[in-house]
Amino acid sequence: MTAAVHLEGVSFAYPDGRAALHRIDLTVQPGERVAVLGPNGAGKTTLMLHLNGILTATEGSVTVGGLELSRGASRDTVREVRRRVGIVFQDPDDQLFMPTVAQDVAFGPVNFGITGTALDERVHDALAAVDMTAHSDRNPAHLSVGQRRRVALATVLACAPDVLVLDEPSSNLDPVARRELADVLLGIDTTHLLVTHDLPYAAQLCTRAVILDEGHLVADGPILELLGDPALLAEYRLELPWGFRLPATDPHSPGERSVTPPIG
Amino acid sequence: MGAGHAHPLYLDGTSPLHRLPAEVEIVCAVVFVFAVVATPREAFWAFAGYLAILIVIWRIAGIPIRWIGPRMLIELPFVTLALLLPFAEGGARVTVLGLSLSVAGLYAAWGILVKGTLGVLVSLTLAATTPARDLPLGLARLRVPAMLTTIVVLMLRYLDLLTAEVERMRTARLSRGDDPRTFRQIGATARGVGGLFVRSYERGERVHLAMLSRGFTGSVPTVGAPPATAALWRAGLVPAVCTVGICVTAWVLR
Repeated sequence: MTAAVHLEGVSFAYPDGRAALHRIDLTVQPGERVAVLGPNGAGKTTLMLHLNGILTATEGSVTVGGLELSRGASRDTVREVRRRVGIVFQDPDDQLFMPTVAQDVAFGPVNFGITGTALDERVHDALAAVDMTAHSDRNPAHLSVGQRRRVALATVLACAPDVLVLDEPSSNLDPVARRELADVLLGIDTTHLLVTHDLPYAAQLCTRAVILDEGHLVADGPILELLGDPALLAEYRLELPWGFRLPATDPHSPGERSVTPPIG
Repeated sequence: MGAGHAHPLYLDGTSPLHRLPAEVEIVCAVVFVFAVVATPREAFWAFAGYLAILIVIWRIAGIPIRWIGPRMLIELPFVTLALLLPFAEGGARVTVLGLSLSVAGLYAAWGILVKGTLGVLVSLTLAATTPARDLPLGLARLRVPAMLTTIVVLMLRYLDLLTAEVERMRTARLSRGDDPRTFRQIGATARGVGGLFVRSYERGERVHLAMLSRGFTGSVPTVGAPPATAALWRAGLVPAVCTVGICVTAWVLR
């Protein structure tokens, strides 16, 4: 099976010489849900921007569904990779810029050449998936943060990506909005990459985790195993929030993880 | 976060004017304003005609005069300038209520006042019947370069965001004991503007990254209501044709 995302020896240095990634090897299989964990400044966002060719590795190679993104990749290749990999950015205000929700959701598909009824269908389905159909004609600026986050997700879902990359999806959300977003994400079965330092959220949504520290990939394994190792977490400035307990038994798939609040 | 959050200059409605595609309304408004400006200011009857056309449009669109009134205040600075002219200008003078006024100045003041007022009224009518979200689409259909419509789209979206940011910064300053009545606030505000500039610049970069990630290639796609039909163009341009007619007649009769 072709890997959804395959990184081999990826290194990246910013033009000012600051090295951000050091020889990263990572393979994500289709349908897998992987959390990319790490403290602030570890290179998580830089890694994310490599997955759709916004940044190009100074060394090594990035392959998305068998399509290689090299330094001299053609425009068409980059375009196809950007369609396959959908990135939901941390601040929805950076992502939503059109006058109405529906126009914003249509922005991506139109760029990728979808028109007519197929376009209307895409917009409708994406908004329905995040439960925002009722707000399609509103100005994104007038929605709550949770609603804007869901619309930002819809703008990416409308491009029908094979890989969904989410940057800190839970930041600034109240507990209910957080759970609602988890409900939506658990209902989508494309490959997920969750870039976060919200460990309970990662534990709920992912099966596998990698830890990034100062541009190095320092750990890779089943998420509950990694999170159950306090020494490992402490070494990389990660810790579970006070009062949080990992589930004792590992549910087989994230879909089976309870998303409703525990009773009693 | 209510549902009725539209632009303060937009008056929600379902009149034929509201349903008219934005491109027709833009062309009509621009032609109207040009006709008003080109009319010789001595043709008083022509300006009455323009006002009559506007009143008919307001009746059709369901815009009450009391809604227009307060929004006219934006014109005040220009009115002040116009009122000074009859005193400041030279040439022949007339005496009105014991005041010696310049005839040329009076004509100039009248010209500024009436043309400015009609211009503001036309703009308000356009704004009241065209949702801001339809403007970029209308402009694009009028073959305005993609770069400009993109800028309009981004401005519409981020101006509100910037205003909110300024307001939050001001609240935070006031919470720390800054007194809005003193001149000291000017310094703090200036530094705030600097910070805001840097933050907006950084946001601009992030917005661009997010747009690239969704396949942005240089122009914002225009999707929305279908373009205006020939019949709609003919109906929508009636006021523009009337104004041009009045303007031409005014020149002929001069």
